[in-house]
Amino acid sequence: MNYIFIFLILISFICATINNRMDIVVDEMLKSSQRAVEISFALIGIMGFWLGIINIAKKSGLIDIFSKCIKKPLLYIFPDLKENNDALSNIALNISANALGLTNAATPFGIKAMENMQKENKNKQRATNSMCTFLAINTAGFQIVPAVVIAILSAAKMDNPSQIIIPTLIVTSIAFLSALFFVKILERHFK
Amino acid sequence: MIKILNTLSVYILPFIITIILCYSLYKKTPAYESFTEGAKEGFNIAIKIIPYLIAIIVCTAIFRASGAINILQNMLKPILDYFNIPIETTILMVTRSLSGSATLGVLSDIINQTGANSYATKLAAVITGSSETTFYVASVYFGAVGIKKFRHALLAGILADIVGIIAAIWICSIFFL
Repeated sequence: MNYIFIFLILISFICATINNRMDIVVDEMLKSSQRAVEISFALIGIMGFWLGIINIAKKSGLIDIFSKCIKKPLLYIFPDLKENNDALSNIALNISANALGLTNAATPFGIKAMENMQKENKNKQRATNSMCTFLAINTAGFQIVPAVVIAILSAAKMDNPSQIIIPTLIVTSIAFLSALFFVKILERHFK
Repeated sequence: MIKILNTLSVYILPFIITIILCYSLYKKTPAYESFTEGAKEGFNIAIKIIPYLIAIIVCTAIFRASGAINILQNMLKPILDYFNIPIETTILMVTRSLSGSATLGVLSDIINQTGANSYATKLAAVITGSSETTFYVASVYFGAVGIKKFRHALLAGILADIVGIIAAIWICSIFFL
């Protein structure tokens, strides 16, 4: 992340010089830092709401039932989380919310799952295998119905926007499986 | 078909919430207190991720503003033509891993430039719908719990993104060309 951070900023400055766009870049730099704070403030409401709703389910025991059902298949992907029921159920909630296209609802569960995994992490600065696996499959963004994209396409009056559903499903499945594949192969080589 | 899907997606959230509330009623647990107790945490998490959000959002914003992608486009043009990849979609392939809201903006741009029924639009829609913003998710999720060493997580995510883009180009050429 360190190198990516430095690389992105320096490359931007170099390209801005070549393209003679430095004024736009500087302007965008200041504006976007403000936007970052606005985004996180908007997140407070959504986060609070979903964590609240999920806490009701937790207190009533519904989450335990849910995590028992989903535990077996998830343990194949996350073998280290055998004793960590909270993490497993939050991962399950995150993946199901993402699959349904509810990205806003998925983020709080994802962060919660990370916190659950961090509790059992011995080195708090270093990501565990399970954390990396969870992140990788999350970045692959498995989705059954790409609701937002279809909304944009139908607003633009495309003929039959649902024609992209099947190709998207195939592509997202390939991306999902390859994320799993890469993360499992790579985990042996990164200490 | 779309109508059914849209109605379904509107009713999914109320449906889930109804089940959660009914179960709480059945088990006689205090729903209101549980809700406020859980919601309290939302504030802390959102505040904790601010520094990481600033880092990633500023990086992507200046990268887009610098015109680096135009330079990349010109270098790649011969290869793109060979594989039948519309040049407009290259911006999307780069921003896709960086920022979600930027990607939707680019998708709208492509629709405006090439028309709603063009091959570029279809390819762009499939790429947008089939992946998630790798860097954003990584910085927010790891940032929230204070992980500094990402290990192989980013590399795996990026490799999967690349496979996803190649798959999108391949599948779209079968379906739409």
